[in-house]
Amino acid sequence: MSPRIGRHLISIEDLDRAGIERILDRAESFAEVSGREIKKVPALRGRTVVNLFYEASTRTSSSFELAAKRLSADVVSIRSTGSSIDKGESLKDTVHTLSAYDPAAIVIRSPHAGAAQLVAGWTAAAVINAGDGKHEHPTQALLDVFTLRRRLGALDGARIWIVGDVLHSRVARSNILGLRRMGAAVTVCGPPTLIPREIEALGCKATASLERLHEADVVYVLRMQQERMRDAFVPSLREYAARYQIDAARLRPGQLLMHPGPVNRGIELSADAIDSPVALIGEQVKAGVAVRMAVLYELLAGTPLLAAVA
Amino acid sequence: MSEPRMFHRSRRQVDLLIRGAQVLDPRTGLDEPHDILIRDGRIAELGSPGSLPAPEGGELFDATGKYAFPAFVDPHVHLRTPGQEYKEDIESGTAAAAAGGFCEVVAMPNTDPVIDDPALLASVVDRAREQARVPVGLLGSITRGLRGEELTEMAALSDAGALGFTDDGKPVVSAGMLRKALQYQRLCGGVIALHEEDPSLSRDGVMHEGAVSARLGLAGIPSVSESTMVTRDAALARYEDARVHFQHISAAETVSALEHARADGLRITSEVTPHHLTLTDDVVRTLDSRFKMNPPVRSDRDRRALVDALRRGVIDCVATDHAPHARHEKEVPFEEAAMGTTGLETAFAALFTELVLPGELELEVVVERMSAGAAVYGLPIPRITPGEPANLVVVDLDAQFEVGAGGYVSRSENCCFHGRNLRGRVLLTLAAGGVAFRERMLVEAALS
Repeated sequence: MSPRIGRHLISIEDLDRAGIERILDRAESFAEVSGREIKKVPALRGRTVVNLFYEASTRTSSSFELAAKRLSADVVSIRSTGSSIDKGESLKDTVHTLSAYDPAAIVIRSPHAGAAQLVAGWTAAAVINAGDGKHEHPTQALLDVFTLRRRLGALDGARIWIVGDVLHSRVARSNILGLRRMGAAVTVCGPPTLIPREIEALGCKATASLERLHEADVVYVLRMQQERMRDAFVPSLREYAARYQIDAARLRPGQLLMHPGPVNRGIELSADAIDSPVALIGEQVKAGVAVRMAVLYELLAGTPLLAAVA
Repeated sequence: MSEPRMFHRSRRQVDLLIRGAQVLDPRTGLDEPHDILIRDGRIAELGSPGSLPAPEGGELFDATGKYAFPAFVDPHVHLRTPGQEYKEDIESGTAAAAAGGFCEVVAMPNTDPVIDDPALLASVVDRAREQARVPVGLLGSITRGLRGEELTEMAALSDAGALGFTDDGKPVVSAGMLRKALQYQRLCGGVIALHEEDPSLSRDGVMHEGAVSARLGLAGIPSVSESTMVTRDAALARYEDARVHFQHISAAETVSALEHARADGLRITSEVTPHHLTLTDDVVRTLDSRFKMNPPVRSDRDRRALVDALRRGVIDCVATDHAPHARHEKEVPFEEAAMGTTGLETAFAALFTELVLPGELELEVVVERMSAGAAVYGLPIPRITPGEPANLVVVDLDAQFEVGAGGYVSRSENCCFHGRNLRGRVLLTLAAGGVAFRERMLVEAALS
């Protein structure tokens, strides 16, 4: 069966297991490019990639930009501040304007669920969801699976605990679905006010207690999304840290530690955990560029212009 | 007192023979083919098919194989006048109502400005007298500007023609404020209709709280945000011996609350929409903003509880909550989109196709509950009986159509049934003795 990779990457569910594996295999070869002195391949020469970011981002926006540049694409990066978006232009009008430049891909980050899907209906470009509200962040899930696959080999049967603010986390949603698709068993853990009702419908277990954290092979800690909270979901960050902070004492030997960044040091993670050798946080960031190169390549490869160049 | 509280433009009283229609009027137990003779806007005579002649100078409408029902009454629509005529106005909204088989509608006051002032209400009455294709009843708001802080001049609004009062679109959050309105009702009469939602529970929710909201990462509106308020307000209504109507019921928990209140002999009524009776939160997976409404469509357990409650009469009537919005208000991400769906043109077909055809609800129940909204506001219920004014609808139950394929009569196109194939097409609507709607294909056939 051939891998399923759609025209767009809106949800991690757009990919089947073979599709995920194909992107990860491609990312391995691009990771090698990133080790070269000249970190460029001509795969997307002459093509335009638009990065449209309606939300603050460091890792995702910079890695998408680097990924497109290392594939030799022309890159236009637009942020909501200082653009027409600031002047009240609607998403639809912005996308129509940008589509006039005939981009091969539009990478979009939005504070609203479903934004990437809407954009896909308004443009001929391939659309990549770089995070839409609290909904999904599929390339984050891909780079996390990539990082884990390098460490563990296959993820089949791996027990992964996702700990913290699941309610406000698009990373959690894409990861639950992506990790499950790769054969892992996922448990989410956090204070009941931060675990969505009926989250088990995504195929994970849910608990409010860290008591059985030792059963996990991987502890994936989420950022406390204080910027997305309209009011207090926990009585205090001190109480949250006391109950849920992952520190060296709560980890058992052999467990791997992940976090999508940016970390709130001393809240969801202690400094000793962040700096411990089991933490894969740096590897996750590094994987970001290679994985996003692979996504761009897989979505845009085989389309007419690329075929003409090749 | 009910007659002068419904407003419409004057219309020629029709002389018409409807030949051979299967006449179904569940209230009179009628369910057989008949000729219906209408003279000067009133039902003059019922006779066996082919037995009655067309009235002199009048028209013959052959309805053989078609159904005739008492026309529908919608106790809950948004006509957007004044101030939001880019979404809908009295003319387009009542035309949509007529196209859906409705002979009367009750319009909500959450306009811009809010209808919280007797002079403003009087001006809308004037406009309805100029523009309304079917009679329109108007509600005034309970509180000024829907802010929930001060009562409107309810007695003066009533004198100006208000059928009742509501802050629809928003709950009356303060129990003390609602209590004052219920007390004041003793002075001014009029039903007090309530949009029930505890904002400390619904907060910034945009859909039903459940497995689908968990999957999509959208803030949920829990069922208890509605049911707890219904319980609270039923207790207040009992204490003040008030007459309240609960709008657009959406949750199974609320059905239980209504049953408790009714068991105590409380004078309450309630309504449910076609979309809450036929859709579940599963449709929101598409993130299509047509499915964003408040209250939200909920789980299938809720939906089934609503259907059952409507059948048993725990919920009295169907209301569309017809809520038109302009394209630019819906062509945005789900969380940003305006709440509401249009519903006047699809209400009967949606219920017939999604509930009657699969055997979930009987046709007689649907027909009865689609006009029962009249009783909520003390209006006469349409009947197909000699001597009654002609308020009836002729429907082709076999005719299938794709919703929206031929456009909409409403000014807006935000219909949650858009693109669905529905059966049960309205061919003719008589309202207040005049022809309010005639299906376009029939007109074309008549011309050719």
